[in-house]
Amino acid sequence: MTTTAYEPNMVLVNETFDVVGTRPIRHDGADKVTGRALYGADFDTAGLLHGKILRSPHAHARIKSIDTSKAEALPGVLAIVTAKDLPTTKAGVIVDFGEGNMELKYLRDNILASDKALYKGHAIAAVAASSPHVAEEAAALIDVQYEVLEPVLTAPEGMKEGAPLVHEDLKTEELGEKTDKSSNLASHFRHTKGDLDQGFQEADIVVEREFNTVTVHQGYIEPHPATALWNQDGRLHIWCSTQGAFVVRDSCAQILDIPVSQIRVVPMEIGGGFGGKINVYLEPVAALLSKKTGHAVKIVMSRADCFEGTGPTPGSYVKVKIGAKNDGTITAAHAYLAYEAGAYPGSPVGAGGMCVFSAYDIDNVVIDGYDVVVNKPKTAAYRAPGAPNAAFATEQVVDELANKLGMDPIDLRLKNAAKEGTRRADGPVFPRIGCVEVLEAMKSHPHYSAPLEGPNRGRGVSIGFWFNIGLASSCSISVNDDGTINLVEGSTDIGGTRASIAMQAAEVLGIAAEDVRPSVADTDSVGYTAVTGGSRTTFATGWAAYEAAQDVKRQMIERAATVWEVDADSVEFDKGAFKSKTDPELSMSFKDLAGRLSSTGGPIVGRAAVNPQGAGGSFAGNIVDVEVDPETGKVEVLRFTAVQDVGKAIHPSYVEGQMQGGSAQGIGWALNEEYYMGEQGQMTNTSLLDYRMPTSLDLPMIDTVIVEVANPGHPFGVRGVGEANIIPPTPAIANAIHSATGLRLERLPMNPGAVTEAGWKQRK
Amino acid sequence: MPGKTYVQATINGEHTDFLCEPRQSLLEVLRDVIGLTGTKEGCNDGNCGACTIILDGRIVTPCLVLAVEAEGKEMTTIEGIANGSTLHPIQQSFLENAALQCGICTPGFIVATKALLDENPNPTEYEIRFWLANNLCRCTGYDKIIRAVQDAATTMQEAKA
Repeated sequence: MTTTAYEPNMVLVNETFDVVGTRPIRHDGADKVTGRALYGADFDTAGLLHGKILRSPHAHARIKSIDTSKAEALPGVLAIVTAKDLPTTKAGVIVDFGEGNMELKYLRDNILASDKALYKGHAIAAVAASSPHVAEEAAALIDVQYEVLEPVLTAPEGMKEGAPLVHEDLKTEELGEKTDKSSNLASHFRHTKGDLDQGFQEADIVVEREFNTVTVHQGYIEPHPATALWNQDGRLHIWCSTQGAFVVRDSCAQILDIPVSQIRVVPMEIGGGFGGKINVYLEPVAALLSKKTGHAVKIVMSRADCFEGTGPTPGSYVKVKIGAKNDGTITAAHAYLAYEAGAYPGSPVGAGGMCVFSAYDIDNVVIDGYDVVVNKPKTAAYRAPGAPNAAFATEQVVDELANKLGMDPIDLRLKNAAKEGTRRADGPVFPRIGCVEVLEAMKSHPHYSAPLEGPNRGRGVSIGFWFNIGLASSCSISVNDDGTINLVEGSTDIGGTRASIAMQAAEVLGIAAEDVRPSVADTDSVGYTAVTGGSRTTFATGWAAYEAAQDVKRQMIERAATVWEVDADSVEFDKGAFKSKTDPELSMSFKDLAGRLSSTGGPIVGRAAVNPQGAGGSFAGNIVDVEVDPETGKVEVLRFTAVQDVGKAIHPSYVEGQMQGGSAQGIGWALNEEYYMGEQGQMTNTSLLDYRMPTSLDLPMIDTVIVEVANPGHPFGVRGVGEANIIPPTPAIANAIHSATGLRLERLPMNPGAVTEAGWKQRK
Repeated sequence: MPGKTYVQATINGEHTDFLCEPRQSLLEVLRDVIGLTGTKEGCNDGNCGACTIILDGRIVTPCLVLAVEAEGKEMTTIEGIANGSTLHPIQQSFLENAALQCGICTPGFIVATKALLDENPNPTEYEIRFWLANNLCRCTGYDKIIRAVQDAATTMQEAKA
């Protein structure tokens, strides 16, 4: 694949369609640029009360007593709840979120702490009151007595003999077998392929390095909101901003021990999530407060609550060792991945293990993964969860191999690139993938050959893999008599998916994207639809829309046949018109036939429920130029090119947007962002001033190349685009810093302090 | 509890009055008392810019303004940007450039852009980035927002010519 003349955003198209691949204005656009779109915090209803959650000031403490009497006496306070108000749970029940899962007893304990506070910010109690201010005052009047315990804050610390135990009853699962060893190590898994020792013996050169990363947050701009009304008829209604309305429904049903049919979740517009708005935090608490008061109760998190009381992505310790022959053939690779799970088991180390070497075809591999509980918030998904931590290590070691072998870093990757038929160390054999095509698009991009002039400047590259997921989606389509369709789907629209889903239905029916009215329905009004996550929405819900449109088409063909009094087999649908295969006189546009439905038998509704298995993995690569200030260590990103195989870009503008957004988050992760922890486990930078996400002034334009290697497992070839793009930025920037300074940065973030310190170490 | 204060102001060209507690921020009053929920809360401490409004010709974050301070002031919120039934060129440009994903930061960006182009109708890329540096967007990486502002500036210049 070759690129032509440079443009900031290029699409390497594999197949063209009428609607798919065009750039219509999104259907919810006017609402979102006028302020009319209603997000979770905008919800209001008669008699609404306001809730506030009291959170633990300690990272690890036994709760000795909770005295709510003073708070209850405050005028305007209507109810207070603690963990005692939650039903007790059965052991061993697993709640599946689509992207991640959690044991019910832990999920419940995370909603309101029972006997121990396991991280600073852990919810302890909650108040419902007449105003948010009264609720806040009341929460401060709740008297909690703690016995403060020593916290454990990193995975390596947590695995040490004699470390304070986060859960006294947690036993290590070693290679799938439960042991009787009490430890913070929840589990250790291992993937093996070939013979590692033999592979390293065949190598002419071996590079091994250790890397550390710290906790970072998704940083969505909208704090979590939730309103619950436990109605007097026993039904619980929840209005919230979530990536998965059905996940909220199912999680609340388990936590509150009521049937799913008793819960209706209304997904409001969502102000960003990136994986962080899948788990429930506020919803069960608002429900309990509503049940106690008989009123709807709204709780909205503060920014500090978001940092301390939700689920960031973990800090980690990663050791990677790779051996290669002098010709660049990689012969062996070993990874040791120890990830912080947060306060309960379930870090994304499993996904890290699936991705750490998956851009490469390597014969001899061992991957060890360790899931370690620590006194920090329970980690949640964040855009390709687990993969960036691993790639930060692998892609720097590969870069170092290229340097030592005197090879071009893209050539070394191309020589070892994974392709169709490559078996990953964790098992799966790749179907058609676009790893080689992405690397080739990087190599032929004008950025890669552009001169890099001036002192202290360097260029780095890297590549990343994410597997993407399928899961269930539902959709229904009703035909309007003016030739438009109404499309009802269950995937919350976090970044333009109303458009990308509607366009797939429009393509099938030969109508314009603007002739589709897509809406996201509540859990009573649409079939089960899994989470908006795993880069699955345009893939799976788009497929549901495709199938529902096919259902409409079948019924419309039958209707045309009835009108013409011919056999349905003799009617075809082509380019937006129904035609007789035998009589060229008989032809009707979609719009014409739609206008005749009521007089020819009644309305037409198409429907589909899918659970596709053919999710296609996505590869993303970066070329980055940086300048490092030799005095301060500050790194400036001068030029950034993001390349990704997305299968098929349904709406290229929003595909580019995902690539640019993921790149920006990766740049923030690389250079600035971190939970800055005090010694007692308190995050000390809980504002958006001190938790420093990239601003417009920190970034250059982010050029994109959309590579389209069609996914054979989707009607239009979609793979999904949401996640893989966050993987390559941290190592690409690290490699660029190395190219500029000769320094290997072995920890994140690579802020001025870290770069300066690495310089001091080198000079010693 | 202290009593409420009577405040009169002009919001989006309309005379408006409201009662507020002295501790209520202008953001809280705009959203919860007056019902203008297009102005979004992202941090409540002036760092994200999601609640940006124009107050007497200057952009401010109303989370850092007490509602009682609005007495006699003129304000423009996102609800006051469109021209009747037509989108403002900035709003149209944000749509055409796909300059939003989740949309929660969008009202703040559009209001801040309005103030920028009122003051500097033909800004450079650097001037746009500098002006908008108080508005955080986590979805877009800013690329398409910058292009949308550039396009809007061109459209508005051409309309004037």
